[in-house]
Amino acid sequence: MTWEMVMGLEVHLQLATRSKIFSGAANRFGAEPNVQACAVDLGMPGMLPVLNEQAVRFAVMFGLGIDARIGKRSIFDRKNYFYPDLPKGYQVSQFFEPIVCEGTFEVPMPDGDLFSIRITRAHLEEDAGKSVHDRFPNQTGVDLNRAGTPLLEIVTEPDFRTAEQAVAYLKALHSLVTYLGISDGNMAEGSMRCDINLSLRPAGSEAYGTRTEIKNVNSFRFVEKAIAVEAKRQQELLEDGLSIVQETRLYDAERNETRSMRSKEVANDYRYFPEPDLLPIVLDDAYIAAVSADLPELPGAKRQRFIEQYQLSNYDAAQLVSSLAMADYFEATVTACGEAKATANWMLGDLAAALNRENLSLEDAPIGPLDLAGLVARVADGTLSSKLGKQVFEGLWLREGSADEIIAQRGLKQVSDAGALESLIATVISNNPDQVAQYRAADEVKQKKLIGFFVGQIMKASKGQANPKLVNELLARALAGD
Amino acid sequence: MPDINLATATAAEVLGALNNRDISSVELTQAYLSRVDALNGHLNAVITVDHEGALTAAKDADDARHRGEGGILNGVPLLHKDIFCTSGLRTTCASRMLENFTPPYDATVVSKLKAAGAVTLGKTNMDEFAMGSSNETSYFGPAHNPWDLSCVPGGSSGGSAAAVAAGLAPLSTGTDTGGSIRQPASLCGITGLKPTYGRVSRFGIIAFASSLDQAGPMTRTVEDAALMLNAMCGLDPHDSTSADMPVPNFHDALRGDLKGLRIGLPKQYFSELLDVRVANRIQDALKELEAEGATLVDVDLPHTQEGIATYYVIAPAEASANLARYDGVRFGHRCDDPTDLMDLYARSRSEGFGSEVQRRILVGTYALSAGFYDAYFKKAQQVRRIISNDFKQAFDQCDLIAGPSAPGVAFSVGAKSHDPIAMYMEDVYTLSVNLAGLPGLSLPAGLINGLPIGLQLIGRAFDEATLLKAGHRFQLRTDHHRLAPPFGEIS
Repeated sequence: MTWEMVMGLEVHLQLATRSKIFSGAANRFGAEPNVQACAVDLGMPGMLPVLNEQAVRFAVMFGLGIDARIGKRSIFDRKNYFYPDLPKGYQVSQFFEPIVCEGTFEVPMPDGDLFSIRITRAHLEEDAGKSVHDRFPNQTGVDLNRAGTPLLEIVTEPDFRTAEQAVAYLKALHSLVTYLGISDGNMAEGSMRCDINLSLRPAGSEAYGTRTEIKNVNSFRFVEKAIAVEAKRQQELLEDGLSIVQETRLYDAERNETRSMRSKEVANDYRYFPEPDLLPIVLDDAYIAAVSADLPELPGAKRQRFIEQYQLSNYDAAQLVSSLAMADYFEATVTACGEAKATANWMLGDLAAALNRENLSLEDAPIGPLDLAGLVARVADGTLSSKLGKQVFEGLWLREGSADEIIAQRGLKQVSDAGALESLIATVISNNPDQVAQYRAADEVKQKKLIGFFVGQIMKASKGQANPKLVNELLARALAGD
Repeated sequence: MPDINLATATAAEVLGALNNRDISSVELTQAYLSRVDALNGHLNAVITVDHEGALTAAKDADDARHRGEGGILNGVPLLHKDIFCTSGLRTTCASRMLENFTPPYDATVVSKLKAAGAVTLGKTNMDEFAMGSSNETSYFGPAHNPWDLSCVPGGSSGGSAAAVAAGLAPLSTGTDTGGSIRQPASLCGITGLKPTYGRVSRFGIIAFASSLDQAGPMTRTVEDAALMLNAMCGLDPHDSTSADMPVPNFHDALRGDLKGLRIGLPKQYFSELLDVRVANRIQDALKELEAEGATLVDVDLPHTQEGIATYYVIAPAEASANLARYDGVRFGHRCDDPTDLMDLYARSRSEGFGSEVQRRILVGTYALSAGFYDAYFKKAQQVRRIISNDFKQAFDQCDLIAGPSAPGVAFSVGAKSHDPIAMYMEDVYTLSVNLAGLPGLSLPAGLINGLPIGLQLIGRAFDEATLLKAGHRFQLRTDHHRLAPPFGEIS
């Protein structure tokens, strides 16, 4: 039987507010345990939450970014359960009326095509602390620095059918939230955490199968692998005639397997009820309009503009807008050199490869947009061949100076002077009489292969600086015996 | 000592003596502390006495007065219910759970009263986590009613009421979730005001039921209550539910007569449930108000009875969440040698909480459970809105509502402690006021067989001024509030 995979994703996004969602404690990653938790975060007796306006604004920005309906009146609720890293014994969340209601999100797939995902809702809540199991033998530590970090939980409809779609969605989400500046989206540090609800059904079936929820998968690659391994597990069970247990499962990256965390059947009854310590969030049209007016250009709009303004392919445009840093770099380069397609090629080719090789981010690249523009301009005006361009790129990467300086220092200027080239050609022809005879005896098809030998000799003799196009022309004429 | 009788002294009198330099705050504070030390063994009204802190604060108040500075209660001694967090001073909520809890912060009420110059003598006894109407659920044992030591002082602010009645302090703070200021004020013969929900910050008050809890003054006179309310109330950025409403000078608002004031009498407050002797005292009190120019009108609060059921769903539901933080992990009682996490939770909470608190946690947890939420919590919220509307409609016809504060007088220790429903009936006239978020004032209205009863006045939201004015006019005409229990005189 063929199986169809059905997935919905829940993403917990930590919002990059200055302070926590309900207290004035700093909201930063990586401090010593429990130094960033105040009396409110600790759930001390008598402490009360006060809502951080910036968190509300960020949630509305996100909602507008996915064309969602904004909840004009949303409320907080208490989600009750006991856990040592949940100081109050309840999490303040939004259950009954979320701040961001239904929306849609256009996700570019790797080939540049768009794929539409329905967002069910996104709601504000506070993060819990962390239980630390590996620091004290036979004991569990509790670090409450994270307690009270604002989270936006983004829930999709079960619209995903492939792991590729899920990863593309997460990448697009990452790109959106970093454009908005509402989160750093760092999966490794837990700023963006993904739960995957996954079920299988026979291809063509309408009814959903029983799903499992895979918790806290912390990289794009692990998302892909976790989906593959869980789908395989479910498929094997189903094909053996067994049923799927609805449960929460944990992905173990080291062993590349999912395993059961706890069964939903015995799961907590969260006893949600409206949080009496907080007033409803009431948003009027003026507020929403003001937030909307302040939104930056978002990835979708920028992608469309790049296609139209720079005549880029869907693929190139999608790649270039995937991060704001890249899009800005591209535009700065094009502004300086006027060559959009060539800039895209350098950025997505040599620059991306070099960054990848050195494990650097674009912000840390030794080559800035003006440097790259200098190189692109010299290739465009014929000063450099693309091969020489790569040498200049190397020089730029090593910070040897601007493209023109490197061309001068390394003596890389392309030789396009016909007289100089003709004398080189004459020398090569007279030094290789056998090859010349062979060439002249061959038919046209074979000649095209044999000419490469002479080009190679000439490029070698010119230290790579001969203009290859001109060499080919002149050489063909010389070999023909003109 | 100049001629100040601590057994009956009001804050206004004490302030007069301080301002005339008849006495210093240190002398006054020392005198009250001595009285606490001498009498508290009989009353058990105070859990923690802060001799050193009180004398330091008194000295500071005296210094401020010498400099011509100081707030509106400068140098006046006061007791806080042990539900208000006091920085560096143990705050127990009368629970074993917090027997050794010393908060590193002051409740907003505490810091405001400090800023007004009040001197904290210590912390008063109460029902555990404010759950009770007799002070008998306290881990530290019941407080006793100074009018009859074999009787309860009411609750949950029983220690605060007993302390003011016995003259251990002229002022005390209380909190009122369903009647916890007004019922003990009634049973101890003092003045107790529950302000409008949101008038006083809840920050630093250990939460029982967050949508109902409200702090207020417990005093000998309405005049003192007005002074103290001004010192306590106002918008607090730390409490999102505190109200951004103008704060009048409540003391100035005491002036004026009651001509044209319409007082509504809900027939439900004068039903056969009410002790006829109490009913008669209330009728006498209403005649005094009429004599001041008020007119009496009949009003209807048809869902008074449903208020009890509504309250006993909402309050325990909120409490079940508010008390979840006491898990033995970070603060409060922790059981010895837990074998695992569940054992830590179960035993810490079973050992730390008394039976009434556990009962309410169980009731509240049940009311919020999957499958019961709609039938209990949601329904209770709907009825709460209906009750609130009842009051709104009644206030179309009147400016104040009057009735008893409690169904009867103080009862013997133990008389109702094994009958939760009978105990819950103590709050039948008070708790719907909390459900509607309105201000309520209990005023001494005479004695029955030597035990006090209280007249309750209920006002419109944020109209404490009218409530206080009516109460003040009543006290200008009557002497009930001047009566002192025999206990204080003996000592």
